[in-house]
Amino acid sequence: MTETATLFLALALIPLPPLAAAAVLLFMPGRLRRPAGAIAVVAQALALFASGTVLVRVVAGGDGFREVLNFTWFQLGAETVVPLGLLVDATNAPVLLMVSLVGLLVFIYSIAYMGGDPRAVRFFCFLSFFSAAMLGLLVANSLLLLFICWELVGLASYLLIGFWFQKPAAARAARKAFIVTRIGDLGLFLGMIWLYREAGTLLFYDGGAGVLETAVLGGLAAGAAGGMTAATAIALLLFIGAAGKSGQVPFHVWLPDAMEGPTPVSALIHAATMVAAGVFLVARAYPLFEASATALSVVAWVGAATALLGACIAVAQREIKRILAYSTVSQLGFMMLSLGVGGPVAALFHLLAHAFFKALLFLGAGSVSHGCGEEKDVLRMGGLGRRMPLTFACYGIGMMALAGFPFFFSGFWSKEAILHAAQAWPVSPGPFWIALAATFLTAFYMSRQMLLVFFGRARSEAAAQAHESPRLMTAPLVILAALSVLPLVVATPAWPWFEALVRGGEAQWALSRLLAPEVWPLLAGSILLVGAGVGLAWWIYHPGRREAAGRDPLEDRLGAGHRVLAEELYWDRTYDFTVVRACRWSGRLAAALDRWIWGGAVALAAALARLFSALADRLDRRGLNHGFDLGCAGLRAGGIGLHRAHRGQLHFLLTTLGVGAVGLLLLLAWL
Amino acid sequence: MIAWTFLTALIGSALLFLLPARRAGLARRVALAAALAGCLPVAVAVWSFDFGAGAGAAGFQLEVQREWIPALGITFHLGVDGISLVLIVLTALVAVAGILFSWNVERAPRHFFALYLLIIAGAYGVFLSLDLFLFLVFYEIVIVPKYFLIAGWGSTNRSYAAMKLTLYSIVGSALVIIGILAARVASGLDTFGLLELAAASFAPGLQLWAFPVLFLGFAILAGIWPFHTWVPGGHVAAPTAASMLLAGVVMKLGAYGALRIAMPLFPEGLEAWRLIFASMAAVGIAWGAGAALAQRDLKFVIAYSSISHMGFVLLGILSLTSLGVAGGVLQMVSHGVIASLLFAVAGRMLHDRVHTRELAVLAGLGLRRALPFAAFVFVLASAASMGLPGFSGFIAEVLVLVGTWGAFPLLLLPAGIGVLLTVAFTLKALQQAFFSRAAGGRESADAGAQYEPISLPEIIGAVLLLAAALGIGLYPQPWIAPILEAMNSDLMRVLLP
Repeated sequence: MTETATLFLALALIPLPPLAAAAVLLFMPGRLRRPAGAIAVVAQALALFASGTVLVRVVAGGDGFREVLNFTWFQLGAETVVPLGLLVDATNAPVLLMVSLVGLLVFIYSIAYMGGDPRAVRFFCFLSFFSAAMLGLLVANSLLLLFICWELVGLASYLLIGFWFQKPAAARAARKAFIVTRIGDLGLFLGMIWLYREAGTLLFYDGGAGVLETAVLGGLAAGAAGGMTAATAIALLLFIGAAGKSGQVPFHVWLPDAMEGPTPVSALIHAATMVAAGVFLVARAYPLFEASATALSVVAWVGAATALLGACIAVAQREIKRILAYSTVSQLGFMMLSLGVGGPVAALFHLLAHAFFKALLFLGAGSVSHGCGEEKDVLRMGGLGRRMPLTFACYGIGMMALAGFPFFFSGFWSKEAILHAAQAWPVSPGPFWIALAATFLTAFYMSRQMLLVFFGRARSEAAAQAHESPRLMTAPLVILAALSVLPLVVATPAWPWFEALVRGGEAQWALSRLLAPEVWPLLAGSILLVGAGVGLAWWIYHPGRREAAGRDPLEDRLGAGHRVLAEELYWDRTYDFTVVRACRWSGRLAAALDRWIWGGAVALAAALARLFSALADRLDRRGLNHGFDLGCAGLRAGGIGLHRAHRGQLHFLLTTLGVGAVGLLLLLAWL
Repeated sequence: MIAWTFLTALIGSALLFLLPARRAGLARRVALAAALAGCLPVAVAVWSFDFGAGAGAAGFQLEVQREWIPALGITFHLGVDGISLVLIVLTALVAVAGILFSWNVERAPRHFFALYLLIIAGAYGVFLSLDLFLFLVFYEIVIVPKYFLIAGWGSTNRSYAAMKLTLYSIVGSALVIIGILAARVASGLDTFGLLELAAASFAPGLQLWAFPVLFLGFAILAGIWPFHTWVPGGHVAAPTAASMLLAGVVMKLGAYGALRIAMPLFPEGLEAWRLIFASMAAVGIAWGAGAALAQRDLKFVIAYSSISHMGFVLLGILSLTSLGVAGGVLQMVSHGVIASLLFAVAGRMLHDRVHTRELAVLAGLGLRRALPFAAFVFVLASAASMGLPGFSGFIAEVLVLVGTWGAFPLLLLPAGIGVLLTVAFTLKALQQAFFSRAAGGRESADAGAQYEPISLPEIIGAVLLLAAALGIGLYPQPWIAPILEAMNSDLMRVLLP
């Protein structure tokens, strides 16, 4: 086999094992819980192995390595072909590795976490299905294939958020997630159709004819319609889809609610992988976005708004997973911001780094809740550091990575790169300052969470009785903790290997670059901000403080503002009052109009007919003689007879009718 | 040979009428045998159909042409092109599935199945006729048994619904008759042959009024807004198999007539009225979905979803782009399969066991545990109905919207709203019907014991329809190719610019 053929074999083998596992598990009896988990894990391990091979090949391939394999799905007439394709380059290869790796760890964790659930087989089936769709999304070389997988991950997400559908909150959250992201998907869908109309293809790369290649992009950027180029319009439509999936303002409302799903689902789908799909889409279609400065500005500003709002709301949340969910919203905002200001590599690196430490934090949160009797309120925890040392240590690493503690955590360097890109954005300094504010808030809310959960004294019975989780749950935590640190080596300004991989070029090792005048002031500044955030949190929540259990000291300090933040800026309620209500009432209106207006018109027509017949009847009776009346009576009797036929005496009539018709047609066919 | 499609159904129908009443148990077997026998000529037609016949040909194959009433220029003329081919396959599929889902009909089964087969025969005939008089005969054959099936075997408000549906149908077919007679008289030709009439040229003045008359006559049967109000009541009141046929096949007769007869006969009238009718179709997409969201009865939800999905069919064929028309025809097949499946679950699997379709009541029963197979099928059918990739609806809707984009970009807005509302009402119905917490802890492992278990015919029928929806969705080529080929024929070519 040639090298390329092997590569594509490996590429195809990434999504296929989980897909096969999902198919097998779908028909597996519900009592075989252990084998089900084993099958899912093995399939995921195969995907991981294949992703590893592919990444090695991409790294070895060097500058601008990109291989595509296109094939025909179906044909529309002689000239229109609908192709699909696989693609591997430096943009998706690392993400593939990340998704299959985090997936594998979460699968292993799930064996312990979901082992006791009577529907565990179904759970692993959905999880494998999700993994297959997500990996398929990443390897797609066609917007159509990407969209198909995009919808399927949405379906998987719906099934998994609503996995405990007996909980009304979970069922509602699942529905909300699906509908809100589907609104975004509609944008993506329209963008896809428009793109197809303009370009005649949906392949990303196709030997010069793909939509992300210069020939097509030139055409898209040239034609103007309604004040914007086609490239702008299409990019914005695609961005609506990306914003829906990646929880950007104003579509973010579904993501916090999605935490109603089992914790492994939150970790894998709603923190590490699926929610990053929107970011990945923009990164994948980056050449298209680059063709439109307007679209990039929109991406940057929406990202900045999301980063700040998510961080603000996270400050006032009490549920441990909800804090993390808003943190995810905020971090996704960072990634979008980075894409918008022209730092796709930084965004991609933040995506990878964030996936590891956020999965770590969610799994850690799961371990915490598991350890203290499914408690979720951070104000009712406390002092868990001593009782769950391993979880504490891992969580601490995750928290420091997210908060951007200097030097030894991947999150620090990825955030640094984003800030750097934002600073260099020529259009406006706004996103840069917003990102700095969000950095400060991130350090604050994560320290707050850390202090409330692990330090001080236990503030509830359950927290006092807490115990460490089983090994199957802590082992993935340890590995993820290591992964929250390790990637840093490839993406510091001192050795920008990752940037070289994605952008092309050679990475030179030079420690002195850290002290370059365009690097160190920002480095120092963000360290100060992080320090300020942590310090403020320590001042408010230091372990020795005394306060009534279940009360957040921040409430007293922020007053009404705290309430607004705790209520998540009333976003949901606004939607309930406007969009949801409008839908419901327009539906009712349509139903009512059907019944009263259109139905009424029919009834009116019937009434008129009846009036006419009554009139005719009256005239007839007045004008005609008794003999005719007799005839009418006879007819009426016949009518009653026919009416009786309803109750089973239809036989003769219908027989005659049917036989007659058949005879007639047989005769015809014969002739 | 293709005449045997409806002949088998008619013979089966006659046999059932003649069957002695005490052999009622035999009736369903006879019906199934007749429906399966009808599949044979369909299979042969697919087998011997030349998929690469190429442009320029008349486009119709396997023709049957005999003298019938020469004095009036009426012939017995049948033929198949790609469009009618996929639709008779759909008819065969739904016919068999409908009988499988009616295996439990206890009340006068021979009459039930005899009437059922009459509708099937009519549907086959409509899809195959190339003589407009013959077409009308079959078209009318469908209407009468529909009335008896609903009035005799129906449920909710059946006599009102049956009468309303029949009146609408009759008004529709009256318009169709007027339109066809206008075409014949104005052409000055002594024939009812579709191909001959379509080759004649009609004065623009005539086309301007004859087209809307003919088109609306057909479109009423396809449930075009605002003449759709017969759909919900009729579908809900009908017994399961009749709902399946109504949504699965009968609504397609209207769309087929519009595409095959109204549009090629009066192309200039079409041009003048196209935007208006396309707007009505697009409004129907959103309207049906919105109204479905407000329903409390599961069958009403599905019936309104049919209006929405049929809007896609009409929008697609009115886009007059090859992709849009192909999408519209594919949507006929797709919706035929999916809607019959949804009605089968709601009517046969749920209502026949639980005796209610009120979503609020179903929500308290914990049916996921009690009827897991029904839940499984309904989840997949809902996913298909929402147009998720992998199912037939996705391809069809994508093609329709791509076509619409080229013709009427603004109409994507109501269509898009409809797509979103479809997700909302489908998920709502799905969760309420199956995935709600059972009231009073009735959700136990043996919850299913109180209901009759899902029977083998139901499983076969469900698998059949699901396989069709998935098969089209994963590999649409064999369905799309003949449809596109058909658009090259002399008859249909006038539609595409």
